[in-house]
Amino acid sequence: MNNQIYPSKLLENAVEEFAKLPGIGRKTSLRLVLHLLRQSEVDVDRFSETMIKLRHEVKHCKICNNISDTDVCTICSNPRRDSSLLCVVENIKDVMSIENTHQYNGLYFVLGGVISPMDGIGPADLKIDQLINKIAEGNVREVIMALSATMEGDTTNFFIYKKLKQQPISISAIARGVAFGDELEYTDEVTLGRAIINRVKFEATLAD
Amino acid sequence: MFLKHLAAFNFKSYSQVDINLHSKLNCFVGDNGQGKTNLLDIIYYLSICKSAFNPTDTQNIKHSEDFFILQGKYERDDKEENIFCAVKQSEGKVFKRNGKEYPRLADHVGLLPVVIISPADLSLIIEGSEERRKYVNSVIAQFDRLYLEELIRYNRILAQRNKLLKDIADRGNYSEDLFEVLDSQLATMGETIYHKRKDFVDKLIPIFQKYYTAISGKDEKVELVYQSHLDGDDYIKLLMNSFSKDRMLQFTSVGIHKDDLTLMLNDHPIKKEGSQGQQKTYLIALKLAQFEFMQNISKVKPILLLDDIFDKLDVGRVENFIKLVSDESFGQIFITDTNKSRLNEIFEKLHSGYKLFKVDSGLIEEIVGKD
Repeated sequence: MNNQIYPSKLLENAVEEFAKLPGIGRKTSLRLVLHLLRQSEVDVDRFSETMIKLRHEVKHCKICNNISDTDVCTICSNPRRDSSLLCVVENIKDVMSIENTHQYNGLYFVLGGVISPMDGIGPADLKIDQLINKIAEGNVREVIMALSATMEGDTTNFFIYKKLKQQPISISAIARGVAFGDELEYTDEVTLGRAIINRVKFEATLAD
Repeated sequence: MFLKHLAAFNFKSYSQVDINLHSKLNCFVGDNGQGKTNLLDIIYYLSICKSAFNPTDTQNIKHSEDFFILQGKYERDDKEENIFCAVKQSEGKVFKRNGKEYPRLADHVGLLPVVIISPADLSLIIEGSEERRKYVNSVIAQFDRLYLEELIRYNRILAQRNKLLKDIADRGNYSEDLFEVLDSQLATMGETIYHKRKDFVDKLIPIFQKYYTAISGKDEKVELVYQSHLDGDDYIKLLMNSFSKDRMLQFTSVGIHKDDLTLMLNDHPIKKEGSQGQQKTYLIALKLAQFEFMQNISKVKPILLLDDIFDKLDVGRVENFIKLVSDESFGQIFITDTNKSRLNEIFEKLHSGYKLFKVDSGLIEEIVGKD
């Protein structure tokens, strides 16, 4: 499969670099490289410089681990956000997803993953200690657990809950249930069963 | 519910199958290796979406062909149901009901319930506990959709815990808190599964005993004993007590993944005590009990597939058995046998209609048809 012959070693090196990216195979990689070769040198320079700058200059927020241009990210440093609410998520993409809903005005905490010994990730590989220290400072009133609805997400939720339950804060988890626009008939039994058990007061559904 | 018409292309030994079936009794007779069992497998496939004998779909395609197609025309609640299944070498499996493709195969399983009794069932008696857990799981999963989900989640947590036990053997240090979390997750899921299994076995026992007595015609005492570490014990405590042992073994040694179902005959395990005929009777009674159990829940009589059932049974037991299943409480039945005159003789005594097919090198011919 790998015995493609390239007319130039430079070309081959570039193809190999692109092929290291997730979701990119050798064919796509070649297409991208040939595309770059057709661009003006200025454009390609800008492309490379952007990547280099990104890698060297991007920071992780000291408070929440989100990606940031500054030591403290724009969310954590925004005085209009409710700093007594803290939403715990797996990764940076999740912060972006929740931000896109425009429904949340508290702060975030990025864990960096979920506990999964099978993938070699234990509690010490995540930012759990940092989270506990932050809560111990006493400014947070409610922690919202917003991890994936997988077995590993549940394990992590439970693990953090055990560490935090002595603190004088309320701990909640995002609701799981029937998706908007879904018909009950096509909802899987596990989700529907849980949705029935964790039903909500009708008045609460009117608030949307 | 019954199968009216069966068609197939390129399935295992068959190039083509096209037969009309009797609503009650159907028999396939022929010598060894002619394709009798493969016919039962087609019917099984149309209900369960997979072969009863070979789990790899593409290996059921006829040699040097690219695809197989199965089609069954059923009558269910006075309506016709057309089930279509196709497996192509590179493109996987398609299932359609009345021309409409299923989004998930799991949605089809359970629509046309089926119970198969075959010589392969003997593994339930002679093999290890895993076979018996698989059996219990597969029956419960057919009527309790959540059960399978719970089992998958349990196994996932178990795999995580076992990996952690291996890791601490390599590294030495470990997080006690993480074990506490995994243990309580295992316990919650495991206890649900335990109660469902116990409940199922408790309900199955009297039905099973009734059928065993009916076929054996003798006063032989049979009993199914569900054994679990959880009997009278707290799951968390069990896990805690065996922790140092688990650390040494590097896997979780207690829990419902070690459950067993001991099959007893006259107060002894049948694995050690039973004759081959008794073992066969035992398995048939177990499967018939499963049949009745499923029927009580789904209110539909499953199709009964009997593969090479008469081997090792004495004449008395064969007659008792046929009388039993040709009764009103059973639905459509398919039987395979190598001995045409034996079957014909038994059927002539019954006062119901039947069809007899001769199977010879992949060709099927109807030789007796009686309404």
